[in-house]
Amino acid sequence: MANRITLNMITQRSIEEGVAMEKGKTTPEYFEACSIIEMHDDDVRALGLVPNQLVRVTSECGSVVVKTVRGRQSLYPGLAFIPQGVWANQVVPPRTQATGEPQYSGFPVTVEPVNGERRKSALELVQGAVGLWRGDQ
Amino acid sequence: MSKKVENVGCPYCGVCCDDLVVTVSDDGKKILEVENACAIGNQIFHHATGGERVRLPRLRQPDGTYKDISYDEAIDYAANVLYKAKKPLIYGFGSTNCEGMAAAAKVAEKAGAVLDNCASICHGSSFLAMFDNGYPSCTLGETKNRADVIVYWGANPAHAHPRHMSRYSIFPRGFFTGKGHKSRKIIVVDPRHTDTAQVADIYLQVQQGHDYELFDAFRAVVRGHEIPDVVAGIRREQIVEVADILKKARFGTIFYGMGLCHSDGRNHNVDIAISLTRDLNDFTKWTIMAMRGHYNITGPGAVWSWQYGYPYCLDLTKRDIAHMNPGETSSIDLAMRDEVDAFINIGTDAGAHFPIDAVKHLRKHPWITIDPNICMASEISDLHIPVGIVGVEVPGIVYRMDNVPIQYRKVIDPPEGVISDEEVFERIHKRLCELEAEEVAKEPVKAAPEGVRVGE
Repeated sequence: MANRITLNMITQRSIEEGVAMEKGKTTPEYFEACSIIEMHDDDVRALGLVPNQLVRVTSECGSVVVKTVRGRQSLYPGLAFIPQGVWANQVVPPRTQATGEPQYSGFPVTVEPVNGERRKSALELVQGAVGLWRGDQ
Repeated sequence: MSKKVENVGCPYCGVCCDDLVVTVSDDGKKILEVENACAIGNQIFHHATGGERVRLPRLRQPDGTYKDISYDEAIDYAANVLYKAKKPLIYGFGSTNCEGMAAAAKVAEKAGAVLDNCASICHGSSFLAMFDNGYPSCTLGETKNRADVIVYWGANPAHAHPRHMSRYSIFPRGFFTGKGHKSRKIIVVDPRHTDTAQVADIYLQVQQGHDYELFDAFRAVVRGHEIPDVVAGIRREQIVEVADILKKARFGTIFYGMGLCHSDGRNHNVDIAISLTRDLNDFTKWTIMAMRGHYNITGPGAVWSWQYGYPYCLDLTKRDIAHMNPGETSSIDLAMRDEVDAFINIGTDAGAHFPIDAVKHLRKHPWITIDPNICMASEISDLHIPVGIVGVEVPGIVYRMDNVPIQYRKVIDPPEGVISDEEVFERIHKRLCELEAEEVAKEPVKAAPEGVRVGE
């Protein structure tokens, strides 16, 4: 069992994210729709994860804690998916290959189980990144 | 008595469904029911009257909280930010009408700003490929009425464009496609076995980031050349089988999405997709179409191309002399190089959808959000100006993903006192003109040169 593995990350829309986004990005629905990661069963087993276990995902530009879920849309081993949104964008590299478009799909991340940590809310992540998080929202 | 409004346009995705039926309460203030919309479109209408809305502009205070201010104060604040900035960036526009986009362009030109839209992080690569290689496209109606082979490549409409398949591509019965989905072949190419792949006749699980090779293999086979045993994770036999289906189609459409634009290669992936489409036209009729995201993200491309000759990443810092150079004048690149000193987020949510590093850079400077709702951008702004929701509370022109303009209507009034994006930008423009005039008035009157009499 590995302590951490390296996967190829992609991030795109899910309909759950779309519905929750229109309801509001501070809602529990948005939190549950977006603060998740989907992987292939082989990779889940390699990390010894149980369903709903939290993992830390780290890229060249940041890291974020998300929940492991078994998605309906299957991936092949080595590929990981976080729905587009606040959590994915904590790790999406802003490099654009001179096109203006960030590297939303196809960048390496390490995934490792965490204990004693929690998923942060959307507001905590975004306001926290720019020094506006007051901790009471 | 409640009132049903028919043929309502949906302000969610680029499919621009215009067959919604919305039931409004007898006082005209509450949306009771939405028929025909997808789950996401449904939520947009119900959210408009279902929860608390921001009704006044909010200005960030020194203690980090927001304070309500009047629209006049907000317009003055925004105009002053733009007036003082050397190179402001005005970005977004996927979720507003063309009237708002035109008004914003006036502001950008007056302020010497960079004007950019969500295509910059979405289908901007498609524009670059189209500039290089053309765009053999069609309307969605032509696909519905003629297409017997449909390809979804790096696109997942089951999640991102929920009614695309039922209205235009797989399921509808068209003029020459009377048997609906029974007479169509559906091919899905995606690294994930998506919900769209579930309805495919043939699913190709391409290796992520290797789309270019697979397109290249299809081009080779279509032109009668040999290919390796496996390309991008797909066996040669399957590539040959699909290439044969493509060549024998009566009419085909390739719908492609972010799988091409967000992966390594970007515009080159789209470029070769267009080349494959062109090659296939040696045998039969093939078309290609970008799966545009927001309901009116095609709009700024149409409006600004007409006004300035460029669809996105417009540098208007020299006022009426526009130039466009993605990589240089694109929002993310400008942000990461710290080249802009003020940011207006309009009709999108850069706070949630930009990589967080870009958000941090932009937030070093004044940040103004113009949006109907509370979103991540509004919650990190210096100023949040609420506006009416286009397609629900504000009418206007929008462009569908196939560049067809549609007149959207409103079904209810916006909350009392809340104005439209267009009015916000028109008022900012007016205030900018006033600031400019005030500045000119402050300058000392030029004295007549010595030795020259007035009137000479």
